[in-house]
Amino acid sequence: MPFTISVKDLTKQYKNVLAVDGISFTVKKGSITALLGGNGAGKTTTIAMLLGALSPSSGSIHILGHDMLGNRYPALQRMNFSSPYVDLPWKLTVRQNLRVYGKLYNVPDVEDHIVKLAKELDMMDFIDRPVGKLSAGQKTRVSLSKALVNIPDVLLLDEPTASLDPDTADRIRTLLDDFRKKHHTTILLASHNMREVERLCDNVLMMKKGKIVDTGTPTELVKRYGRKDMEEVFLDVARGTGKGDQTGEAA
Amino acid sequence: MMTAAAKSAERIYAVLIRHLYILRGSKARIIEIIYWPSVQMILWGFISRFFAMSGGQAGMGQKAFGILLGAVLLWDMLFRTQLGVTLSYLEEVWARNLGHLFVSPLRPWEWWMAMMVFSVLRALAGMLPATILAIPFYGYSLFDLGLPLLFFFFNLMFMGWWLGFLIMALLLKAGQGAETLAWALTFFLAPFCAVYYPISSLPGWLQPVAQAMPASHVFEGLRSIINNGVFEASHMWWAFLLNCGYMAISMFLLQLSFNSARKAGTLLQSGE
Repeated sequence: MPFTISVKDLTKQYKNVLAVDGISFTVKKGSITALLGGNGAGKTTTIAMLLGALSPSSGSIHILGHDMLGNRYPALQRMNFSSPYVDLPWKLTVRQNLRVYGKLYNVPDVEDHIVKLAKELDMMDFIDRPVGKLSAGQKTRVSLSKALVNIPDVLLLDEPTASLDPDTADRIRTLLDDFRKKHHTTILLASHNMREVERLCDNVLMMKKGKIVDTGTPTELVKRYGRKDMEEVFLDVARGTGKGDQTGEAA
Repeated sequence: MMTAAAKSAERIYAVLIRHLYILRGSKARIIEIIYWPSVQMILWGFISRFFAMSGGQAGMGQKAFGILLGAVLLWDMLFRTQLGVTLSYLEEVWARNLGHLFVSPLRPWEWWMAMMVFSVLRALAGMLPATILAIPFYGYSLFDLGLPLLFFFFNLMFMGWWLGFLIMALLLKAGQGAETLAWALTFFLAPFCAVYYPISSLPGWLQPVAQAMPASHVFEGLRSIINNGVFEASHMWWAFLLNCGYMAISMFLLQLSFNSARKAGTLLQSGE
């Protein structure tokens, strides 16, 4: 089975903080994998290193067969990313932003593609409005549309449904699932929404204090921890109380 | 199937239109670009005319007028070019958009190339109206300098580029606290660039510093044409060679700052 993402002994050490501590994992082509963990667990740091925006202290990252610590650009052309913590230019309209990013990713027939994306994400009503004048939920959809603009083979998402109302969040999850099935996109997402994880993800990487402390499908993890859902599993791992917890802190 | 060169060109174009959209959406910015060079030209035009009227020897006053007004317009070209590069970077910081750019396929050199092109467009948008206005206002045309004007322009833009990249390197390293540098650094160098006076009028110990400034050679060249009607190519070569050296240093420092930002994780966090 080919792995789209392959991470080995990845470590990020800041001066006095070990943000990511020698993690290794692989992600299968066309799967959706969740990075789960409390605040400061190392999820965003891991995503930033996968994207090449942050240099690891040691370890290796291969995405789509490319060494991300060597020449990451061939892989970046086929990847994309969305995060509520990184904005798009607020003074540009949605269409202008998507045009700029479409061209940055060398998307063919970018104008038609923008309209198609806007329809799929229900953005036609505000496509010519500046991003800065949109609601939080609309901005999240715009950010997601930017992440889908190049029909990426690998999609890294940080809190993809943050700030969305339940109806829109549900439609986004359906869209992501359909998008993955249609384009065989490999998705790695960091989320605090356990229902989202249960619904979308084939695999979960549980992180705590910079380490991966457990992995498995949502069903496997729920069973292993003897809980009724992922929410309870998450709390067990975050608090070190679960019977499946492998950090040595379990009660 | 696009070639690698065509893909690069499209990415450079993407960054260019991103900045042009900002300008198009802000009348205040467009007015600001045209306003300051024109005000400078009008102000210094009157000062120069005053010198011309009070000039001692016949013809000297008229020459001083040409030297001063020409220097004002050319210096502004340098400053506006530097500002164009630096503001292109700051716009991304203010918009918290650096993270998206750095994880896109945009290569650093493509980004820098787009900044250089945009800075020239921005500088010309301010410079051309001021230069053209000087004709009816004072009967002074910078275009009368002829072909040498192109060499002057090129070398001053070249200096504006590396100064812009140097400031960008400092901003990447020091953060937005150093933002004032965007407006201040070029003016800090002005006294050593022999803009309004010859290098020989500086104190002896300062003259080597002025000789090391590419702009000094451009302004010496300007004075040589106006005073003696002679275009001294050696000044342009010196300016060009010095610019090449400083550009290499600036790019090296920029790359160091960029690597350091990737190490510290500040690329995804830059913002207001």
